[in-house]
Amino acid sequence: MSKVIPRIPLPAGERPHERLPSPGEWSFPLIEQYHRVIRDTAERFGLDTYPNQLEIITAEQMMDAYASVGMPINYRHWSFGKEFISNEQRYHRGEMGLAYEIVINSSPCISYLMEENTMGMQALVIAHAAYGHNSFFKGNYLFRMWTDAGSILDYLVYAKNYIAACEERHGYERVEEVLDSCHALMNYGVDRYRHPEKLSLAQELVRRAEHAEYAQQQVNELWSTVPTKPGSASKESLKKRFPEEPEENLLYFIEKRAPHLQTWEREIVRIVRKIAQYFYPQRQTQVMNEGWATFWHHKILNTMFDDGYLSDGLMIEFLKSHTNVVYQPPVSSRYYNGFNPYALGFAMYTDIKRICEEPTDEDRQWFPDIAGKDWLPVLHDAMHNYKDESFIGQFLSPKLIRDFHLFALLDDENEEEYVVTAIHDDAGYRRVREVLSNQYNLGNREPNIQVWNVDVRGDRSLTLRHTRSNNRPLNDDTDEVLRHVARLWGFGVQIESVAEDGKVVETRKCLAPKMDDDE
Amino acid sequence: MSDHEITRVDSGTLPPPIDRRLAGKGKSIGNRQRFLRRQSEQVREAVKRAIEGRGIRDVGDGGEDVRIPKRDLREPVFGHGPGGSREGVHPGNEEYVTGDRIERPRGGQGSGGSASDSGEGEDDFVFHLTKEEFMNIFFDDLALPNLIKTTLADTPEYKSVRSGFTNDGTPNNLSIVHSMRNSIGRGIAFHKNDRKKLLELLEELDQLESVCHMCPAGYDEAHQKLTEEIGVLETKIGHDPEVESHESIANRIAAIVSKMRVIPYLDPIDLKYRARMRVPMPYSKAVMFCLMDISGSMDELRKDLSKRFFILLYLFLTRHYEKIDIVFIRHHTEAQEVTEEEFFHSRETGGTIVSSALLLMEQIIRERYPSGEWNIYGAQASDGDNWGNDSGTCSDLLEARLLPLCRYFAYIQVVEEEQNLWREYAKLAERNKSFAIRKVKAVSEIYPVFRGLFQKERKA
Repeated sequence: MSKVIPRIPLPAGERPHERLPSPGEWSFPLIEQYHRVIRDTAERFGLDTYPNQLEIITAEQMMDAYASVGMPINYRHWSFGKEFISNEQRYHRGEMGLAYEIVINSSPCISYLMEENTMGMQALVIAHAAYGHNSFFKGNYLFRMWTDAGSILDYLVYAKNYIAACEERHGYERVEEVLDSCHALMNYGVDRYRHPEKLSLAQELVRRAEHAEYAQQQVNELWSTVPTKPGSASKESLKKRFPEEPEENLLYFIEKRAPHLQTWEREIVRIVRKIAQYFYPQRQTQVMNEGWATFWHHKILNTMFDDGYLSDGLMIEFLKSHTNVVYQPPVSSRYYNGFNPYALGFAMYTDIKRICEEPTDEDRQWFPDIAGKDWLPVLHDAMHNYKDESFIGQFLSPKLIRDFHLFALLDDENEEEYVVTAIHDDAGYRRVREVLSNQYNLGNREPNIQVWNVDVRGDRSLTLRHTRSNNRPLNDDTDEVLRHVARLWGFGVQIESVAEDGKVVETRKCLAPKMDDDE
Repeated sequence: MSDHEITRVDSGTLPPPIDRRLAGKGKSIGNRQRFLRRQSEQVREAVKRAIEGRGIRDVGDGGEDVRIPKRDLREPVFGHGPGGSREGVHPGNEEYVTGDRIERPRGGQGSGGSASDSGEGEDDFVFHLTKEEFMNIFFDDLALPNLIKTTLADTPEYKSVRSGFTNDGTPNNLSIVHSMRNSIGRGIAFHKNDRKKLLELLEELDQLESVCHMCPAGYDEAHQKLTEEIGVLETKIGHDPEVESHESIANRIAAIVSKMRVIPYLDPIDLKYRARMRVPMPYSKAVMFCLMDISGSMDELRKDLSKRFFILLYLFLTRHYEKIDIVFIRHHTEAQEVTEEEFFHSRETGGTIVSSALLLMEQIIRERYPSGEWNIYGAQASDGDNWGNDSGTCSDLLEARLLPLCRYFAYIQVVEEEQNLWREYAKLAERNKSFAIRKVKAVSEIYPVFRGLFQKERKA
């Protein structure tokens, strides 16, 4: 671990003579003043961050950043334009407040402060993004394993330039087609378990130069199966599937094996795949990440108030915003739209601290490992070593289940009605916790689809296999996504849905796309 | 990345926040262009509708809402469809106990954790084309050369004229007379009391000094004497502030002078700058005559072509003239001056006598638009049908009476077939440079009609 986490918070420095000024308007010197105190306070709790870079931007720039998936730079694509237009409209119609902050998992870690924010909001955002999220990016095991904060911005610059060059050389339409198809498979462009080696930009460039030809050879090798002498091909080899083991990373498989893709097209597939992989940890740690950041902005600002830095007015404004952020509408509310990750995550970290500091008998029974321990190391551990699924599975306490009035509901197509399977009582705690934990398992949320086989000796068609969980079928987009797969693959594509007993229950096909020129 | 040093950032240094507000504005323009290109069909359709729906004068106002069905914009991904079984956790239980059964909400999809993706209530995606985008698409259809596009889309030229004085400006516009006037005025206002007092003090000092000069023993002695006298007086009548010593008067003078120094001679608030205002270049007036055949053979498509032709001429003219009148003349066997609405949206049957329109145009010019004051432009659209020997009459009429009055007269024929009118006009066009004719079957063919006009403009 990078930084020694103090067992208890380090002592406060000298008490300031007067509170920090808190006018409504922020100013650059004031931001620096607040930032310094926030930073010192965060350090007392052992928050270990990448270097921080605060950037002041306008609302329009915030929408720009929104539109390109929160990145300060990205390649050009129509879907980002669409996103921008619809955000802009909703913003102007007043349907949507802009998020207070965007923070980028990069080193240095860039946090955007919107110019419209008041000083109090800027303080909240700095604590939330620059110390909360930032320390999460640096500490959480998924991020440590999958993303390289130091090189992502360089990589995006490379991606943007590469794709712009492709557009110039091969025309917008062709590049757009490839990107559209890749985007359709983006969620299936990640290695879920295997760990890729991290590449720096320089290595990436060298790799591309060296391996472009080699990669093409590799592809050809698969297809250059010179017909073996009749009879010599054993039945076994005919029966053998290719790939032998199912491949979960569809884009990877396409990049390496699609017969007709040109080198630049392969590189685009790779770029989309790399970016998908970069975002993969974020998709698995929503509750934890937001919860952690929210817990810390709350803790840091409260500590600063106690230490005599913040004025009452600023504190009231902050608490108001904070309360809005962590509001969880109940299921009966018309604003209910699933869980608010800020609310759930904040409640869980706060609860873990409570279990450490003031455990009840119930807590001792459920959490013998942490009840009564020092809260700071426990909390850091609960950030470092989990993802949403395991975090909830491990730490959701009966008390929280009661506080949130959680209940589990089963929706089975064979049943006339919904069935309440568990509620917040002794008999239900474990089930509620298990179901909620499962709900955050990405593998459950997205259909499980893998590359199953390629008809190497026949029509070269690709077979995907969808393994059904709980008998849930694929959605209506499937046929269209298959067309995208076929466009990349260059030959026919089919997808088989396999029930839990291993039988194929549904097959959908997409014929080979027409080739304008067969190279 | 594995091993980090245990570093505690030096608590003195923190990089200051970076101000990005001025940088990277409109970063998503490239994405927007790609989006527009992808939706070009709908966008073009919207522009076409706008052109149909708007008056000739309003087309240049630009901007238009484009409506795109949401499903055309969907980006498909693999996902779970409805069906199977799923279990989810929800907050805010009020009355349920384990085993309760709850009726499914109507419409099948539940309050499940997965988002409803079968939503039928598909709103259209609506967005606004900016004026530039709108005009670009309009011009693209017309196949205008780029140079012309920019000249047309530009707002008219401005010239800058003086308009009084302002409080801020650049040094080269500084008005010294006005600034100094302010400075002096302010000085007078500020120093009024001080000056008075200063004069009094100086006078007193003079008196004192004259006493000294009278006294040959010198100043000190005189002073000594004076203070003694003062002392005597003071003891008699108490302290009299009027009587002061030489030093204290000098001190007070110094104080007043230094106070007067503090007030600057020239303060930023004194500065006045010559103001300039942009006013549109004074233009002369123009009148544009739209002549159109509305006999039965002019169908909607042909009318649309004609309308675009008129719009384009109008846009060209707005570039050069501040005030433009448009006169609409429609004709079949006889001509009529009508409103724009009637012009484009009525259809009548019957024969065609083109010369009737030309005669009416001439009549209107003589009555309302004396050619000395007005720049006259004629634009005629027709399908080329004309009554037997009327075409010769038209040609003569144009050559002898109308063209001398007009800056330019353009004729488009919206069908391929050449009839006698075309033949007559073709002969005329060869002889006369301010007359242009063209056959137009698609909107992209309209522009060349104007080419002659522009070449002339360039020379001018």
